[in-house]
Amino acid sequence: MSQVAVDKTIDARGTYCPGPLMELIKTLKTAPLQSVIEVWSSDSGSSTDIPVWVKKAGHEFVYSIEEKGYWRIAVRKAR
Amino acid sequence: MRRIAILGGGVGGTMVANRLARELREEIARSEVEVVLVGEEANHTYQPGFLYIAFNQAPLERFVRPQASLLVSGVRFLNVRAKKIDTASNSLQFENGDSLTYDFLVIATGSHPSMDTVTGLKEGAHSFYTAEQSIALRNALASMESGRIVIGVDVPHKCPVAVLEFTLMLDEYLRKRGKREQFEIIYTYPIGRLHSLVPVANWVEPEFERRGIQSEFFFNVDNVDPDKKIIESLEGSSYSYDLLVMVPAHRGAKVIMDSGIGDESGFVPTDRYSLRMKGSDNVFVIGDATDLPISKAGSTAHYEADTIVANLVDELHGLPADHQYDGKVYCFIEGGLDKATYIAFSYTEPPKPTAPSELLHWFKLMYNEIYWLSVRGLL
Ligand SMILES: Cc1cc2nc3c(=O)[nH]c(=O)nc-3n(C[C@H](O)[C@H](O)[C@H](O)COP(=O)(O)OP(=O)(O)OC[C@H]3O[C@@H](n4cnc5c(N)ncnc54)[C@H](O)[C@@H]3O)c2cc1C
Repeated sequence: MSQVAVDKTIDARGTYCPGPLMELIKTLKTAPLQSVIEVWSSDSGSSTDIPVWVKKAGHEFVYSIEEKGYWRIAVRKAR
Repeated sequence: MRRIAILGGGVGGTMVANRLARELREEIARSEVEVVLVGEEANHTYQPGFLYIAFNQAPLERFVRPQASLLVSGVRFLNVRAKKIDTASNSLQFENGDSLTYDFLVIATGSHPSMDTVTGLKEGAHSFYTAEQSIALRNALASMESGRIVIGVDVPHKCPVAVLEFTLMLDEYLRKRGKREQFEIIYTYPIGRLHSLVPVANWVEPEFERRGIQSEFFFNVDNVDPDKKIIESLEGSSYSYDLLVMVPAHRGAKVIMDSGIGDESGFVPTDRYSLRMKGSDNVFVIGDATDLPISKAGSTAHYEADTIVANLVDELHGLPADHQYDGKVYCFIEGGLDKATYIAFSYTEPPKPTAPSELLHWFKLMYNEIYWLSVRGLL
């Protein structure tokens, strides 16, 4: 897991609106293909929400790692 | 003499300019400090008014005032458009060829909806995020007797609750005109619930059910076919529509892009606590112009103004300028045409729901008037 090179990190901890998933969607839109975006979220819901959307949207879920009080979730832009 | 330049005369810029002029009254009188507001608009428009215009509840004029009439004495107003921000030489270059140097700069250039980010959007969709759009939508709604109205949101966008308010107000507008039965309302949203704020999503779910508003989650617009009147999402679903109402993706101001100080979408990288532009000591960023992952709303700018004004005053007085923004946001939410609620949160306080009431609706309507005092720095 740690071998994956992250191209951009979004620190969305402690933010509720628009929230981590919307921040991810926004960032993926302008990111280059195959780049890896890591979102930091303090909302436990993100670790289920994000993979669901990533699958629907045809991107690639890379990992979700629980840290102290937050999650690091990485996604690769696949289309 | 030291000069504070504020770029952008919207909510954040006007509040900061007025509050600084009050706090620094004596220094300004002694010509030790100058507060200069640079704004391209001669008139100031209260954007939440666009919702009421779309439903023919008020004309545009109700929400527009001359910018100069909103400024307290001590603010010098330059009605020009900035072409470039040069942080290396601490100066602004204007479209008319003039320039202005500053000791401190506050960037308050806002966020701007763009109908050019999705194929077919400009030709195929209505919106209510600019004065012109809300007037065109008002006229389209008034002349419609039946059909399917599809509502969609793209990211990023300011005022994340406006689209819900729009949907509930639309339902009530059609009911009051006795034509709701002839319409289908379909609300689409980018993520897996009705709104990014969980309490708001929970509150609005039974409202939608009661009003017969249909919804689809995980719907991110990919393209619009304006001839066939079809909208498609990047998740693979599509709807035909008679009227499409979109909140399009926003970008930062052109001057941010042209100055090379923004991210891919033109938002300025900003420290979430100090509100200084990242990598700079003398540039602050307020409101929609920041890249912070928080709600782009007038109330956000309002609370951020407290932090920025306190830090600038301390800077000028040689005190430690260490005031921090706590992420506070406060939003009124219209729950139809006669009920409203509100929601508040910060970096450390999650949002909690409040029951909608008629009183809060009246308070929101009152705020539409109180705003003009608030932007003068009086509240
Ligand atoms: C339909 C709608 C409903 C809304 N409802 C609410 C609500 O209920 N509550 C709430 O809190 N917020 C609401 N908002 C959001 C709110 O209006 C914005 O978040 C707020 O205006 C942001 O303030 P700002 O100062 O960052 O930007 P703005 O107020 O947009 O001001 C930016 C200013 O910068 C100027 N500018 C940009 N570039 C230049 C340049 N190069 N030179 C000179 N001047 C420049 C622009 O002309 C503009 O005047 C709503 C918005 C809309 C559209």
